[in-house]
Amino acid sequence: MSDETTILLCIATPLAGAVLIAITGSRPNLREAVTLVTAGVVFGLVASLFPQVLDGGRPAAIMGEMLPGLAIAFEVEPLGMMFAGIASFLWIVTSVYSIGYMRGHHEHNQTRFYIYFAVAIASAVGVAFAANMMTLFVFYEVLTLSTFPLVTHHGTDEAKRAGRVYLGILLGTSIGLQFIAVIWTWTLAGTLDFTEGGILRDKASPAVVGVLLALYVFGIGKAAVMPFHRWLPAAMVAPTPVSALLHAVAVVKAGVFTVLKVIVYIFGFDFLAQVASGNWLLYVSGFTIVAASVVALRSDNLKRRLAYSTVSQLSYVIMAAAILTPLSAMGAALHIATHAFGKITLFFCAGSILVASHKTLVSELDGIGRRMPWTMAAFAIGAFSMIGIPPTVGFVSKWYILRAAMEAEQTFAAAVIVLSTLLNAGYFLPIVYAAFFRAAPAEPATAGGPALGAEVGNGGLPRNHGHRREGHGEAPLTVVLALTVSAAGILFLFFFPDLPFALARQLAGVAG
Amino acid sequence: MIAAHLPALQVVVPLISAPLCLLLRRPGAAWTVALAVSWFALAVALSLLIEVSIGGPVSYPIGDWAAPWGIEYRVDQVGALVLVIVTAIGAVVMPFAGASVAHEIASDRAYLFYTMYLLCLTGLLGIAITGDVFNLFVFLEISSLSSYVLISMGQDRRALTAAYNYLVMGTVGATFYVIGVGMMYMMTGTLNMADLATRLPAVADTRTILMALAFLTVGLSLKLALFPLHTWLPNAYTYAPSVVTAFLAATATKVAVYAFIRVYFTVFGEVDLFEIAPMVPILMVLALAGMFVGSAVAIFQNNLKRMLAYSSIAQIGYMVLGLSFASVTGLAGGIIHLFNHALMKSALFLALGCVVLRLGTVHIDGLRGLGRRMPLTMAAFVVGGLSLIGVPLTVGFISKWYLVQAALEKGWWPIAGLIVLSSLLAVIYVWRVVEIAYFRPAPEGSAAVEEAPIFMLAPTWIMAGASIYFGIDATATLEVARGAAEFLIKGAP
Repeated sequence: MSDETTILLCIATPLAGAVLIAITGSRPNLREAVTLVTAGVVFGLVASLFPQVLDGGRPAAIMGEMLPGLAIAFEVEPLGMMFAGIASFLWIVTSVYSIGYMRGHHEHNQTRFYIYFAVAIASAVGVAFAANMMTLFVFYEVLTLSTFPLVTHHGTDEAKRAGRVYLGILLGTSIGLQFIAVIWTWTLAGTLDFTEGGILRDKASPAVVGVLLALYVFGIGKAAVMPFHRWLPAAMVAPTPVSALLHAVAVVKAGVFTVLKVIVYIFGFDFLAQVASGNWLLYVSGFTIVAASVVALRSDNLKRRLAYSTVSQLSYVIMAAAILTPLSAMGAALHIATHAFGKITLFFCAGSILVASHKTLVSELDGIGRRMPWTMAAFAIGAFSMIGIPPTVGFVSKWYILRAAMEAEQTFAAAVIVLSTLLNAGYFLPIVYAAFFRAAPAEPATAGGPALGAEVGNGGLPRNHGHRREGHGEAPLTVVLALTVSAAGILFLFFFPDLPFALARQLAGVAG
Repeated sequence: MIAAHLPALQVVVPLISAPLCLLLRRPGAAWTVALAVSWFALAVALSLLIEVSIGGPVSYPIGDWAAPWGIEYRVDQVGALVLVIVTAIGAVVMPFAGASVAHEIASDRAYLFYTMYLLCLTGLLGIAITGDVFNLFVFLEISSLSSYVLISMGQDRRALTAAYNYLVMGTVGATFYVIGVGMMYMMTGTLNMADLATRLPAVADTRTILMALAFLTVGLSLKLALFPLHTWLPNAYTYAPSVVTAFLAATATKVAVYAFIRVYFTVFGEVDLFEIAPMVPILMVLALAGMFVGSAVAIFQNNLKRMLAYSSIAQIGYMVLGLSFASVTGLAGGIIHLFNHALMKSALFLALGCVVLRLGTVHIDGLRGLGRRMPLTMAAFVVGGLSLIGVPLTVGFISKWYLVQAALEKGWWPIAGLIVLSSLLAVIYVWRVVEIAYFRPAPEGSAAVEEAPIFMLAPTWIMAGASIYFGIDATATLEVARGAAEFLIKGAP
């Protein structure tokens, strides 16, 4: 199979999957099989591009011109490879999880859910492989629109309101700011191709570079840089698999990925460092990291806390990029990967708790670790990764970003990292502590239910408990399976980080 | 050789078939004639476009009287593009008309609808094809008078006052135009556009020509509904029968924009218009005001036809803004939006036509839960709506890209900001409908509603599909628009 076919199939397969899901909608088992097979095929296709990219190859494909001189074109470079790899791998895991979650939670309109999910994955891969800024913008917008029905899945007034915020901020920033930035770049440089070293050198004055960078950074609302972060907590009304894969991985990573792409391939690290008019980015992202962590600390709703943690972690990537050294680029790329695994695990756990116990508040989680040991163990691993405690992969990327900050003598960045690590610990560790070391509140109805130590018989292997509130055990099997896999991934990547490292190093080479 | 007479056939065939409908009387027969003529006209327009794209402008002397004494038909790229737009809309709307007219217009008057439609088509095509400023006035009147009748056929009695209002405003506009033409004739002694173009520079700085320009501008601005001369449009679009709204919204104002382009860039092509009068700021300010006022008012409309009518006023603002840049990119942006807006707006109005057929209302509350009950119709509406917003992979994106690029090329970044800002207003009024149709349950006890018949759904989706297709691959349409813009700005080669 030629590179061109492979690349186009990476995007076409999920779309074809969406059509098949629609056709098989009336038969849930077949429909879910279609989802799983599609996810597997997409990952296989994406993975087949790995060796070539690792050898320094840049497989490319052109779909045809959209505007004269501007084609919908794809080129796989290390960062896009990493993003597509993560998104497609975690799609498999999430699909397994969704099956248990959606059925366990008796969600309605499941067919629609799987259809738009597949379309969202197709657009995420499109973003990852885009060879020029226009192609990226097109898929970026499709990603926004295809996730709207997922955010508003419940159809309630609350979902509708959240949908407004979601669409308002994401469409508003992308059309209002990013769109202008893209066309401005086009009129300045005469090209929008992602090029090593950037395309704006000698074509824009320092002032223009500063403004343009602001249009990009704030225009890419998916990166959730404050003050355009509100859509992310709003999107938490969506079913948990959506929050997990899309609002911890695909959508938000598409945001920071785009920012990183723009800084590396549109501006170029050297050029940006030379004109120095983009230095504000360091402070804006640093502020977002700390401020979002503070909000997370004060949120009692678990998903909301995770959402603000995401806002904060996304700005790690942006701040790392803003340090503008090869090492920091590497840290940024690694952090995309590590946060993806960490945060998806945490969301899986939140959903698992919801399905099994219908609990959504942090303050309700006392003693839950005894009933749901698998879930809460995975949660602990995810939390450690967020804080950056070895042997979780979160340690690795944080280490690199911190080193980059030190070497570049960016005291501000280093201080932000240290401070936010403390805050991370402050809002994650109490959950872990309460889950395992506090006694569950006495509930009248549990009088005859599992007593202390019942987890031995109850929690070893999950049983399908539907939605009984009292005396619940673990979530459905597929849910636990998925969160175990993603938690294992966090540990695995700490010990075997070769693949992300190889890709990140290549990116650093480009940036340097 | 019949091919040589294509320019004449383009206008003459609809003209002589109009009385034919009048004689046939039977709705079915009249419909068949109108349908056949529409498709024939589309074939002619397409072959003219191909001919012009390959061999350059075509000139056709009517009755073999040589220009500048006789009337000259002249087809260049812009004209051919407009001919294709008008005939394509006609060809797609006519199959839709069968069921829709039967539903909305009494059957003993249906033949009148087809007669007037054909006359209107004649007028619109004539405007796009003629190379004579007075002849343009004649066709302008033909199309206007027939559209007054078409609008007055609406079910609601308010259609009558809407048509009357349009008649008064339209007549004022046409009169202003003819006064302008008269003044030009007084100073140059010619009515042929090409001839005027060569003679006007000599007298360009006289007060008479300046006045002529003013009359022409105001007259045509009335016809194309440029803010603040747009007041006739909302009522006319709201109360006209669905087919009429879809057809006129996609063609009538577009052709008026075309006439505007003709006057500015062909007749006054050799004159530095923007030198003798402050036309750039005037047009630009009015266009921007139209964009914002139209969109802002649209947000508060509960009648969806009226909402789209105000949206049209905003979209006309985009077109005029494009040509006010007086640059190739800007003019190309205006011309491409002329084409793109015809696609999306006809899709939207046709979708509403389907809604009227099934629900009998286009009040926003009536659409509750319609996303489930008429999924295909509402999906087409959403596609058209996304296109209005300018989301990628729709034609609206292409238009906006060009307009923003034109603004940035000139370094007018505030204008670029205003363009995207006003398109964000479209998000609000489009999403209002989406929320009602998809998030509200159908009203209790409402009768079951089924999808519109295939004859109505297919035209709707042809237009919606075209607004996606030409949004994904805009190279062909942009080539025509850019070619036309270059031709207009640099003059005939």
